[in-house]
Amino acid sequence: MTTRTPWRPVALLAGLVLLTSACGGTTKSDVQQQQSSAPAGSASSAASSAAADPNAPLKQGLKIAFLPKQVNNPYFTIADKGGVDAAGEFGGEGKEVGPSDASASSQVSYINTLIQQKQDAIVISANDPNAVVPALKQARAAGIKVVSYDSDTAPEGRDIFVNQASAEDLGRTEVQLLAKQLGNKGKIAILSATPNATNQNTWIEFMKDELSKPEYKDMELVKVAYGNDDDQKSFTETQGLLRSYPDLAGIISPTTVGIAAAARYLSDSPYKGKVKLTGLGTPNQLRKFVKDGTIEAFELWNPADLGYLASYAAAALASGQTTGAEGETFKAGKLGTYTVGAKGEVLLGKPTVFDKSNIDDFDF
Amino acid sequence: MTSAASSVTSAGRGGGRRLVDRVARVRELGIVVALGALFAVTGAANPSFLSYGSLRDILLNSAIVALLAVGQTLVVITRNVDLSVSSVVGLSAFGGALILADHPGVPVPLVIAGCVALGAACGAVNGLLVGAARVPALVATLGTLYAFRGVDYAWAGGRQVNAADMPEGFLALGTRSVLGVPLPALVALAVLLTVGWMLRNLRSGRELYAIGSSPEAAVLAGIRVRRRVLTAFVANGALAGLAGVMWAARFGTVDATVATGKELDVIAAVVVGGVAIFGGSGTVYGAALGAVLLASITSALAVLRVDALAQTAINGALLLAAIVLDRLLALRVAAALRRRRSP
Repeated sequence: MTTRTPWRPVALLAGLVLLTSACGGTTKSDVQQQQSSAPAGSASSAASSAAADPNAPLKQGLKIAFLPKQVNNPYFTIADKGGVDAAGEFGGEGKEVGPSDASASSQVSYINTLIQQKQDAIVISANDPNAVVPALKQARAAGIKVVSYDSDTAPEGRDIFVNQASAEDLGRTEVQLLAKQLGNKGKIAILSATPNATNQNTWIEFMKDELSKPEYKDMELVKVAYGNDDDQKSFTETQGLLRSYPDLAGIISPTTVGIAAAARYLSDSPYKGKVKLTGLGTPNQLRKFVKDGTIEAFELWNPADLGYLASYAAAALASGQTTGAEGETFKAGKLGTYTVGAKGEVLLGKPTVFDKSNIDDFDF
Repeated sequence: MTSAASSVTSAGRGGGRRLVDRVARVRELGIVVALGALFAVTGAANPSFLSYGSLRDILLNSAIVALLAVGQTLVVITRNVDLSVSSVVGLSAFGGALILADHPGVPVPLVIAGCVALGAACGAVNGLLVGAARVPALVATLGTLYAFRGVDYAWAGGRQVNAADMPEGFLALGTRSVLGVPLPALVALAVLLTVGWMLRNLRSGRELYAIGSSPEAAVLAGIRVRRRVLTAFVANGALAGLAGVMWAARFGTVDATVATGKELDVIAAVVVGGVAIFGGSGTVYGAALGAVLLASITSALAVLRVDALAQTAINGALLLAAIVLDRLLALRVAAALRRRRSP
């Protein structure tokens, strides 16, 4: 507690400065402006005045902390390992810290600790887009670069958001994947996570939009069920879908817990291979079901690449290769060169489709 | 709460006991009626709910919670509670899955025995805290709920064991049917009948009720309370360990968060099943029926196409309705008994 006190006045001041500069409204151009002006407004920011130089060398010995939604989540373990490996490549030092529960407030104390430790960059997947912003503003005021990955914070809380795949791509390609297996006709259902999961709900909106296109006129979305990312509940909901819609042709499950539970149910039921299942899952989790014919194909981005890219983005920010402004570029090791898009977003790429032919090439 | 127990002491021998038995049986009858009503209504709306496949799914869904409810009943009867069961299930599921994944040569029965032993060890920790150290069960097991989960997190370190990593023969145990009944349900049934018989007929079983009815009186009667309470916790832990293996076999995807929050489902099943939360009365049959009722409600809501956002609220309302129905029936029977006894 006592070690935290010296930072309070500085943080408070910086917070006030940011607050006043953020009061002007939130149109897109304003957000952009805030991003470039925010570091300059802080007292202790060292590299703030330097313009972006895409050819600047990456600094050595950068300390980069990965703060996932929760530790113990295999997805983040893989992503953060990718990030730590990347840090090793460019001579930095990466580590993963974080809470064991994914609640909105649990990350704040970790951010405070990281500020005290004087990290060079924080790479965060936000449990709540707003709850972490005040703490992240403190961090940025202290000269720490902030990159969000997987799940974004409000734009004023970070310099760059590394987006795993655009919501639009994910939503539309999942429908396309299933439509191809069904010959563009039949009743389909969605097995999602919780009813208020932001990611899933955005994807589902794009799925519905894709389904409204004329080529899918014979496909009907009959129900969106919610398995709450709980094995048992997802299992029961899958059973319920098949009982209440006996002529169901396919299920899309845009969550790794849901698709695994649904696959497990289908693989042991008479519906195996008849009811098509697709969605987002990891190859290790679904390998068995792809090989036994329960699932033809599913998709996901590569979480290790996501962490890798976020790590390089953090290093590029800390080394002055980019400031996070639109149109700037930076290099991300083996992944090549990336360009910062609108609102400080960097897109990892199109999701990878996994099927029988390529699933053995992936191990995550 | 203690009407059943007090009537044991007040009423005479033979006739009194038969009366108590009848009351006990009626207690479960309430849940059976609720279950029957649920199946009738849902079946009328969608006949496929009554199909063989659907009934099999419900049995499969309720098996694990039923097993845990049986164990929990042992503890609740002694006027204690074990909140840590979900963490024990998680620890056992992860431990079992990890060994099967990393050491494919280890025979499955040995893994199952190991998981049961692990669960029993966790139960012993709870039992010693409650029985020997005299920490209130609610507090002690709340502590171990976090402690065991913490060990699980540290052990797993973010790792996930997937279906493809575990032997096919083991996974089949989670879903295979014998004579049309899923194996996990058969295991739960066997445990249920054994524990039910022991509670009813063995001295050690009757003593658990005595402890729950009045701990002080139990001490004065020469019952070794601490030892019995410890035994109840160990047995509950062992059953949680078994439930953990069943979880791993059934879902095939196991990480450190397995079964988080399930303790409340288990306690709900126990309470719905007519086991008095302050100890001294109730049967494992009621608790198991409670688990089946809970699983049936969840399945029924999914089959009836109830709006997902309303499901949790409706689930809770139906639970309350079942408890009220059970309570009304119990009161009615108690009144009838009093009338018969008064002249």
